[in-house]
Amino acid sequence: MKTLYDKLWEEHHVTQLDSGESLLYIDRHYLHEVTSPQAFEGLIKKNLKPWRLNANIATPDHNVPTTRGNNFNSESITDEISKIQVVELDKNCNKFGIKQFDIESNKQGIVHVIGPELGFTIPGMTIVCGDSHTSTHGALGCLAMGIGTSEVEHVLATQCLKVSKLKNMNVRFEGEVDEHVSSKDIVLYLIGQIGTAGGTGYAIEFSGSYISSISVEGRMTICNMAIEAGAKVGLIAPDNKTIEYVKSKSFLDDDTFNQAKEYWKTLKSDDDAKFDKEITIDVSKIKPQVTWGTSPEMVLNYDEPIPTVFDTKDENKKNVELARDYMGIENETKLSDLTFDKVFIGSCTNSRIEDLRQAAEIVKGKTIASNISEAIVVPGSGLVKEQAENEGLDKVFTDAGFIWRDPGCSMCLGMNPDQLKPYERCASTSNRNFEGRQGYLGRTHLMSPIMAAYTAINGTIGDPDEI
Amino acid sequence: MKSNSEGLIIDGVVAYIDRDNIDTDQIIPTEYLKSIKKFGFEDYLFDGWRYKDDGKLGVTKDERVIDENFILNKNPFNESKILLTRDNFGCGSSREHAVWALRDFGIKAVIASSFGDIFYNNSFKNGVLPVMLEKKEIDFLFDQTQQKVLELSINLQKKEINYGEKTISFNVENHLIDRIIYGLDDVDITLKEKDKILDFERTRIEERPWIFK
Repeated sequence: MKTLYDKLWEEHHVTQLDSGESLLYIDRHYLHEVTSPQAFEGLIKKNLKPWRLNANIATPDHNVPTTRGNNFNSESITDEISKIQVVELDKNCNKFGIKQFDIESNKQGIVHVIGPELGFTIPGMTIVCGDSHTSTHGALGCLAMGIGTSEVEHVLATQCLKVSKLKNMNVRFEGEVDEHVSSKDIVLYLIGQIGTAGGTGYAIEFSGSYISSISVEGRMTICNMAIEAGAKVGLIAPDNKTIEYVKSKSFLDDDTFNQAKEYWKTLKSDDDAKFDKEITIDVSKIKPQVTWGTSPEMVLNYDEPIPTVFDTKDENKKNVELARDYMGIENETKLSDLTFDKVFIGSCTNSRIEDLRQAAEIVKGKTIASNISEAIVVPGSGLVKEQAENEGLDKVFTDAGFIWRDPGCSMCLGMNPDQLKPYERCASTSNRNFEGRQGYLGRTHLMSPIMAAYTAINGTIGDPDEI
Repeated sequence: MKSNSEGLIIDGVVAYIDRDNIDTDQIIPTEYLKSIKKFGFEDYLFDGWRYKDDGKLGVTKDERVIDENFILNKNPFNESKILLTRDNFGCGSSREHAVWALRDFGIKAVIASSFGDIFYNNSFKNGVLPVMLEKKEIDFLFDQTQQKVLELSINLQKKEINYGEKTISFNVENHLIDRIIYGLDDVDITLKEKDKILDFERTRIEERPWIFK
């Protein structure tokens, strides 16, 4: 009768307050430099300490430079304001004794990449972080969501989150995909179908034969972008693949791990579970997806015509007009008519080893197109970078003309020096194509690592099967 | 906010932005998230639309190239406490800075047909009231803005918007409204349940020891 979300909710339910809200116990709390300083300040003002120190894991990711090289520390950051924030995280972690993978650590990286890869995210946990892409961790069967800074302070102080229960949605992905279609295309397609508010108020469970068939990393890409479908929670029931993945990263002793494993096997929706909304999508018909506008729901098959105000319903005409104008789409009728300036492979959506392997496969032995002024690959973490280098992927990229960087959020949000210049058009594996997201007046097209790699080589969007 | 015999009131001229899906990057771009403070974001609200140049944290409104056509730069909307917009306002990132920027500018209520979940939560913690209305009511209000400078009065306790003879009711949970009216602090409220949390934690350490390794 219960969904996976219901089970995780009950498992962590401490008490119901007079207000009707519930206190949920939080197992893991990730922190980064941008949304934590004000929370620590609040904690200090109230003369409180973190409730349970070892629940907290911190790393700087949002505004760290990705051209650090060796012997770089927080003080080496040249942007004085960014430096203050990273140094502040160092200070707060030292003051309270919070475990931090700091800028000098070889395990530093994007918080949603390092959590699972260092074994800190394991099935059945409640996980929060002051970052909306915390939904990523749902891929391992966790109840994970992004929170605001006031809530970061609240979780530090009380180990609980004050919340109301979400509704349940089940999105079933059935079938097999074509060779160059990846989990990024699947989630972009879903967002195109239900819209960026389609999942508002819901926890979305992703299920079906397609989900079973893909890797845990591919599942992370899907849960990561649940928030772009409006759902702050995305989750997937753990299966043998999940358990193998977790085992390979785990710091637990065998006895504890095996004990946990028995519990993890119960983490799935019952066959007769009731969902408030159910959607089934046949993935076999999905082509590579590329966004054309300024919202992730403005997404198309790579070979579909770009919408105009003439073929748009009245209620949406204004959105289409504003987006076309911002994106500099004038006479172009198809995505393949657009000329690109930059390529970004990275972000918490697509910077794991599997993403880099897929992109490298396309790039191998080729050279980036002359119209591409810069193509960068930003691995999600120090460990992903190391693994990629061991496999020689860095060389594949640099031989083709890409720049190989140090880990961080980078051009996904352009808080560090990795930014688009006004009117530059970017093929990006990140998660948001909002106005100015990658730099003032920059133009972002979201796509998979395969399509971004193809665009780097080809100079324009096209059919990756042709490479 | 002022009070009359019937409850707390937010009233005045309504500024309006006729767009769906206004994301938190539009409400405040990432550049300003480099601040480690909780206040002082008023000059950066809707930065990309309000100015004709690129801004930096620390550069104030007076040093920028103002876009005179943007509603919040026009009199009397530059002093609006109420913002009217459309669907899915505040979607995108979890940055509480978006609410801080609205609050610091002086916006006390945002009227929309829906809101991003995280933004909605963050609002109540900072004294900004998100008011959700049916699309047809939003259409009606937008129509009114085209005819005159729209002025509304929002009664928090009665949960209604008064516009001349017309009254539009809205739904919001009482505990959320209370948070705005009384400025309650969540940490203080939750710590009253300290013993329950400790009990829960003790049991959990026993039953799910792997979480605590």
